[in-house]
Amino acid sequence: MGKPFLAQSGVIRPKASSDEISLRIIQALGFLFLSLALALPLASLLLRAFEDQHGSFVGLRNFAIYVTTPSLVRSAWNSVWTAFITTCVVIPLAFAYAYGLTRSCMPGKWIFRAIMFLPILAPSLLPALSLIYLFGNQGMLRWMMDGGSIYGPWGIIGAQIFYCFPAAAILLSVALSTADGRLYEAAEALKASRFRIFLTVTLPGALYGLVSASVVVFTLVVTDFGIPKVIGGQFNVLATDVYKQVVGRQDLNMGAVVGLVLLLPAILAFLLDRWAHGKRTATLSGRAVAYRPKPRLRRDLPAFLFCLSVALALMVIVAVAVWGSFIRFWPYNLSLTLDNYDFARFDTAGWQAVWLSVKLSLITAFVGAALIFIIAYSLERGPQRGFLAVLLRLLATIPLAVPGLVLGLAFIIFFNHPANPFGIIYGTLAILVLNSIIHFYTVGHLTAVTAIRQLDPEFEAVSASLHVPIWQTFGRVTLPICLPAIFEILVFLFVSAMTTVSAVIFLYGPDTKPASVAVVHMDEAGQASAAAAMACVIMAISLSAKLMQLVVGGLFARFTSAWRR
Amino acid sequence: MRFILLALALLGLAPMAEAQQRTRLTVYTALENEQLAPFKQAAEAALRDIEIAWVRDSTGVITARLIAEKANPRADLVWGLSVFSLLQMEAQDMLEPYSPQGGEALRANMRSSRSPMTWTGMDAFVSAICFNTVVAQQRNLPRPATWQDLLDPRFRGQIVMPNPNSSGTGFLTISGWIANMGEQGAWAFMDRLHENVQQYTHSGSAPCNNAARGEFGVGLSFDMRSVTLKNQGAPIDIIVPTDGVGFDLEATAIMRGTRNLEAAKRLADFTVSRTAAELYGRFYAMLALPGVEPTVRGYPAEFAQRLVNANFADIAAARERLLAEWQRRYDGKSAPR
Repeated sequence: MGKPFLAQSGVIRPKASSDEISLRIIQALGFLFLSLALALPLASLLLRAFEDQHGSFVGLRNFAIYVTTPSLVRSAWNSVWTAFITTCVVIPLAFAYAYGLTRSCMPGKWIFRAIMFLPILAPSLLPALSLIYLFGNQGMLRWMMDGGSIYGPWGIIGAQIFYCFPAAAILLSVALSTADGRLYEAAEALKASRFRIFLTVTLPGALYGLVSASVVVFTLVVTDFGIPKVIGGQFNVLATDVYKQVVGRQDLNMGAVVGLVLLLPAILAFLLDRWAHGKRTATLSGRAVAYRPKPRLRRDLPAFLFCLSVALALMVIVAVAVWGSFIRFWPYNLSLTLDNYDFARFDTAGWQAVWLSVKLSLITAFVGAALIFIIAYSLERGPQRGFLAVLLRLLATIPLAVPGLVLGLAFIIFFNHPANPFGIIYGTLAILVLNSIIHFYTVGHLTAVTAIRQLDPEFEAVSASLHVPIWQTFGRVTLPICLPAIFEILVFLFVSAMTTVSAVIFLYGPDTKPASVAVVHMDEAGQASAAAAMACVIMAISLSAKLMQLVVGGLFARFTSAWRR
Repeated sequence: MRFILLALALLGLAPMAEAQQRTRLTVYTALENEQLAPFKQAAEAALRDIEIAWVRDSTGVITARLIAEKANPRADLVWGLSVFSLLQMEAQDMLEPYSPQGGEALRANMRSSRSPMTWTGMDAFVSAICFNTVVAQQRNLPRPATWQDLLDPRFRGQIVMPNPNSSGTGFLTISGWIANMGEQGAWAFMDRLHENVQQYTHSGSAPCNNAARGEFGVGLSFDMRSVTLKNQGAPIDIIVPTDGVGFDLEATAIMRGTRNLEAAKRLADFTVSRTAAELYGRFYAMLALPGVEPTVRGYPAEFAQRLVNANFADIAAARERLLAEWQRRYDGKSAPR
């Protein structure tokens, strides 16, 4: 369904060869950038999988040792089934939530939009802490656990659902946000039932979003070690295996072996992406009439109630953590205090760390969003064939599958190499920025791609026939239409850079310690309340960025996208 | 006008000139957060022309980082890191041989046996039991005084300890048992202890932090950890078992390849001085420099006798094998009980 309308628009490609050349050049530059900042560092670490500790080549010996370790298969299986269950729960939840946000006329959409982000606005320590306060052995809701323990696979799945929800909801709401109203009118005119319309118009339109959201969630769960480390108990997964090898045994070679194993999901993701790419349909053609939902109580009320209950659940978890930042000592002294916010008492960097994080995140967001969007555009609208485009696409998918720990070490080994001229950025803020852009590249890239794919290539075709250079079309058509998605990427990068720990913990220098790392240090030192307090400051800053996006985005939409109405 | 400019220049430049003469040393450490400021202050007061820039992280992270940076070391000095980490780096030729002035005065088993030395000890921290008294009362747990006491069936599912494959503290704990009971005895002990263990954590601090929060009754950790928790009002007692405890040294070493070798040597001299030892004594009960009275409170008088007789080099050499054996025996559990 949908094909007859759209098939022919897909085959018209811009003919102007100068446009092709400039897009090809951008592709080449993008390839150069991702090679330098991702492929080469990763290769220099992963090659260690074939070396011993003294750097001599040992072939596949490390792999042989690893494969014969009995816990490997179990860890891999544990990773797969926890990730699978999490994906099966998160995707329907996030889809329903995103559907409510984009396809209903329920009230308070913008509040729901802001709340949806709560889980990623703070370092993962915050949900872990509040899950312990709620469901731990002294927890307020312990009775709900029915004698079970939160320390294990179910704790991991619970925390991962909370943590992966925003990424899935972002991708799906972008996928659902634009639709061609004519398809719905046609379907209604043909007296299709609502359910049938949903199955034949809505779902296919969001197919790419659904596939990428599933891949993102699955991979996020497989590569994250923060949550299993804190509440996984001794439930082993692949990501904690890397942690054990690198941080526990300081065996970089074996760490590289597990890192390589973890890249498998990335390859799977890449293949799935190619598959979905083949099925792509541009939902917003040049002749499109933007779909605007009309109020309908039988859809809007359930959507509202559903979003409300999800939002409440998210808010409870965050509220417990905020409360935790004001108490003196859980659970024995629950009197309230502001002392936890006097960070200099716990960490020499004090509030400095917070300002450093803000600076780091601002630069990451603006530089990163520009890079990601332009590269994604050159991929989507530039030449599709040839190994350059395919390799670039693969490179853009890989960061998702690289655990932060592995990326951090790869950066050390590559950028700290005495012969590397880019070594000057080592130990400075610049390497933290670069690392954050690369680490969160894939979600930004997928968001950009989803947004661009919803635009009909006809726009470029028309401007080509009018002899308008492609950069003008880009500036006047693509950019304005995609601006909401770009804001989304911008804020996603900002927030991620505010909260990330796993990679930067290996890269910060004496003067560049970010707040997220300080949170981990305070928690390790037994200062849980102070750690929660700094996590709350991070969350407040991220939340303001998110709210600013919503306000600016709303104003912008009012002025520019009048045609959508 | 010119006068004002000149005055401004003088005002601006005078402090700068002083700052320029100071050598900035990058020092990697795993010391506790609250120790960083006093250590830096004392060292900079003693060595006026040296400035310390800390990079602090947990033992595992900082060691992994040092090893990854091996090709082009960024740290001038390591001050306050587990001796097991330093021995691992020594094996990879990452330490600059230098015998600090006064280094011979340190206890013989708390400094490198090489000549010139590759590392020098500062103080010892010991594995210990964090015991939550409130939880103990609720669940009727006896107060353990020895490791053997932990085998009491009443502790079933009450004990948390760090996984030695993830945490240096975990390795310190089992190496103490091995030194004390012999390898066979230690495995037999751990087999029985395993029955009582609820969870092996990835972080060395987590067992004590969780015991303090009442998540579990008993956490195996190290002695320093409990002080901060107690000050915040956690109902925990720190128990140093009487039947021999493993210990780890905090130690100092100069990184091979430092760009500030002279300054690093002078800081290394300071770290073995009496002034420095008195500083360590504010936090630790067992010091590498004999004759200095520790001022830290809460340790039994005969504390030093409880330490097992450990040969660090031997333990470090057997580390890989011991960890693999531990993993084979206990890490296979797929789900927590």
